[in-house]
Amino acid sequence: MADKSDLVLDVRNLQTVFFTNSGLFRAVDDVSFTVKRGETLAIVGESGCGKSVTALSLMRLVPDPPGRIVGGSISLEGTDLLALDEAEMRAVRGNRISMIFQEPMTSLNPVMRIGDQIVEAVRLHRKLSSKEAGDVAVEMLRLVRIPEPARRAREYPHQLSGGMRQRAMIAMALACRPALLIADEPTTALDVTIQAQILALILDLQKELGTGLVLITHDLGVVAQTAQRVIVMYAGRKVEEASVEALFAAPKHPYTRGLMASIPVVPTPGIAAPARLNEIPGTVPSLVRLPRGCAFAPRCKLAIKRCEAEYPPLADWGGGHLAACWRAEEVAEVA
Amino acid sequence: MAAIDYDLELRRAGAHATGGWRRVLFLAQRHVLGAAGLIIMTVFVFTAIFADFIARYDPLTIDSARALARPSWAHWMGTDSFGRDVFSRIIHGARISLAVGIGSTALGGTIGVIVGLTSGYLSGWVDLVFQRVSDVLQALPLLVLALIMTAALGPSLPNVIIAIAIPLIPTVSRVIRANTLALRELPFVEAAKSIGMSEVRIALRHVLPNTLAPLIVLATAQLGSTILTEASLSFLGLGIPEPYPSWGRMLSESAAEYVRTAPWLVIFPGIAISLAVFGANLFGDALRDILDPRQRG
Amino acid sequence: MTEVLLEVTDLKKHYPVRAGVLRRQVGTVHSVDGVSFCLHAGETLGLVGESGCGKSTVARSVLRLVEPTSGQIRLDGKDITHLSKTALRPHRRSMQIVFQDPFASLNPRMTAGDIVGEPLAVHGLASGKELEARVARLFEQVGLRPDQMRNFPHQFSGGQRQRICIARALALGPRLIVCDEPVSALDVSIQAQVINLLIDLQRQHGFSYLFIAHDLAVVAHISHRVAVMYLGRIVEIAGKDELFRNPRHPYTQALLASVPIANPLAKRLTPLVDGDVPSPVNPPPGCAFHTRCRFAMERCKTERPALLETGDGHQVACLLNEGTGRSNTIS
Repeated sequence: MADKSDLVLDVRNLQTVFFTNSGLFRAVDDVSFTVKRGETLAIVGESGCGKSVTALSLMRLVPDPPGRIVGGSISLEGTDLLALDEAEMRAVRGNRISMIFQEPMTSLNPVMRIGDQIVEAVRLHRKLSSKEAGDVAVEMLRLVRIPEPARRAREYPHQLSGGMRQRAMIAMALACRPALLIADEPTTALDVTIQAQILALILDLQKELGTGLVLITHDLGVVAQTAQRVIVMYAGRKVEEASVEALFAAPKHPYTRGLMASIPVVPTPGIAAPARLNEIPGTVPSLVRLPRGCAFAPRCKLAIKRCEAEYPPLADWGGGHLAACWRAEEVAEVA
Repeated sequence: MAAIDYDLELRRAGAHATGGWRRVLFLAQRHVLGAAGLIIMTVFVFTAIFADFIARYDPLTIDSARALARPSWAHWMGTDSFGRDVFSRIIHGARISLAVGIGSTALGGTIGVIVGLTSGYLSGWVDLVFQRVSDVLQALPLLVLALIMTAALGPSLPNVIIAIAIPLIPTVSRVIRANTLALRELPFVEAAKSIGMSEVRIALRHVLPNTLAPLIVLATAQLGSTILTEASLSFLGLGIPEPYPSWGRMLSESAAEYVRTAPWLVIFPGIAISLAVFGANLFGDALRDILDPRQRG
Repeated sequence: MTEVLLEVTDLKKHYPVRAGVLRRQVGTVHSVDGVSFCLHAGETLGLVGESGCGKSTVARSVLRLVEPTSGQIRLDGKDITHLSKTALRPHRRSMQIVFQDPFASLNPRMTAGDIVGEPLAVHGLASGKELEARVARLFEQVGLRPDQMRNFPHQFSGGQRQRICIARALALGPRLIVCDEPVSALDVSIQAQVINLLIDLQRQHGFSYLFIAHDLAVVAHISHRVAVMYLGRIVEIAGKDELFRNPRHPYTQALLASVPIANPLAKRLTPLVDGDVPSPVNPPPGCAFHTRCRFAMERCKTERPALLETGDGHQVACLLNEGTGRSNTIS
């Protein structure tokens, strides 16, 4: 394991629930992970797996009611975020930890100039004159490779294209040089050529600034091309964690394996495309009525009696490759 | 971290409110004012329907011997200058208010839906004409328009209903039109077109049913103002003609002359009007919050 | 695969852009700007491109859900471009559509059974017990249980809703089904179910798909031939294997290079294009891609390349190498 001081984020046993009129919703259940300086951790999973709620929990932005963080700890550079009061948390948010969202249009204020929005974000946390903050804003826009940053700073969000808006969001998020950046599906709303540009930009900036990055996505391709480590979530739980190479080489959880076999691939010379996609039968279970044992058991080809009765613990299968499955050893051979 | 009472939190979120009655009870607890409004409206409707059984005297019988009697055990709300029992007249007045309220809302609502649907669905010049007429109608306050209408039509129950219904049409048609325009773009309407369905059938089967929730919300919200308009018309002498008891006219007949000498003649009809309008508005607001949360604000 | 089912010739759809109090026309959106292709019986043609390239407008024009500005659409040899609504009605039976958003595609106030049975009822093909039996069969065909007919759309998951949409499209026994991003709103594990279902149904019934998507991998998996669109025009069209093995248009190459591959050992996040797609309001003259193309020549700014055959049914609209595009040199 790396040096402790290298850790930017240390999340332990995080539990976030929602109290809804159809019952208790365990959106994030006992999830732990760490992020080091300059590292990219991808959290991957399908809708309702808890990945976005995990992101909101890190920012302490879970809407209450109906949601609440009910257990665990979130330690950012040694400070337990869950122990801070709201004013202290506001000083951290956008300063030490920032977030970029999927939809760049709704995350920017439509009646404020781009530059002014960055200035506002900067001056919340740093004592700068408006002139100095304005310079920082233009500098940030240059950093995210927006052409003619001084002119663009005076424009409104609707004058920018989708890709440019997402760049502006990134500029705003990084303006205070946060220790941790959370990107929740940052490129899902963008076209594929723009996605490639934005992902390349995020990775470059991260390398340059040494920011820790939590990248939340449903796209295994994005994971493979950006992350160093990956967490796979299913029904609120972490079911697998590994380095990106180990995960794609030999997934230990049947869900991860099923997911990888179910995505169509662009035919590449030399690699035969599968004639038929693998299907994971059934649908994602409702978080309200989770089975007692493994939540994936009803959809799993490998499920045995034990899977329905007991939730499998996260076990280390070597080299920090964690998986929560009773039959993890057999996954590679059987599925 | 403090211990969390999961059960209490879930109860607060309404997780135990499964099944019809429990759900109603839960919503009533969540929207206390709305529940109060519903109770007022229920009492109001009940009173109107069973007025003959509740009233203790005939509301029209004149008895000058008992004129202007103070509220007493025999006459709970006193009597008016003709010796008619005020309580009985208010009970029967509920019937008039309700008839006008429901009648005009239903009439205005129906025409509004037809206009809104045609306007939104056909667009083009039909829409343009309907919208400009609506603009003109909406430029005048509800009361002024109703005044002009009754003055033209002459006072009678059906005429009052028509007079109050007409100003409602643009309000309703606007809401329906906006909804229709939004629905028209939805894939399920396109899918209906792609199977070769006629426009009229699409409008009736796919668009109209999906505008009902906002329509119900709007209608309840308008009920209060129609009752108030009726009272105002009657107060101005253009409402329901004598001898039917109308709350508005009861007020107008007594306001100037008797407000000092026989204040009960003013107080009780006033309370009746306020209560009915208040109840309808409270209920309408709660209904909007429950059925159509987007319109809140 | 010889019989031509659908033939689209020089299809154009322009929308006026109006502004100001007088609603004067200030520009034109060239949503679809001269698109031609044909689709054979039993074939799947993938139509791929980024947002605003006009692929959905092509889909809607083919079904006459939007009226094309000019051009011709022939279904089974018959010109349906200018048919009146009544004359078009019998032809509607042979072409159906499946939309992207399985939540907005179903009327929330109708039961699933009524939704699927509606096309049959509208065309007077079945009623009463027979209608119910046919709807039940359609439910089984798409992998739903007939007892789910009485449920309302909100009681189904996203994947199941898309199955209902497919059942509705199947009801009239169409020969062409237009799929407009049918799986892009679905979760990955559900996507595979729906794609497999679409392929299985095509094998059983032999109808054709015009399959519109922005996801190259999905299009590659399901299509026999693929057309790439950019700003209202088809820039390249070829058989699937040929297109992916030997893309000739610089835009197709850039598109392929931008897809993140689910293999960490094949790292290559190298966008081959910079900048954004220009607005379809008054698009660039000449080749619309020249503003982002790394190989643009002086000619490309003024001369509009035609879609030319380069052999093997591979057509490309690029002025490089005497109109054959750029040979594949991505390493």
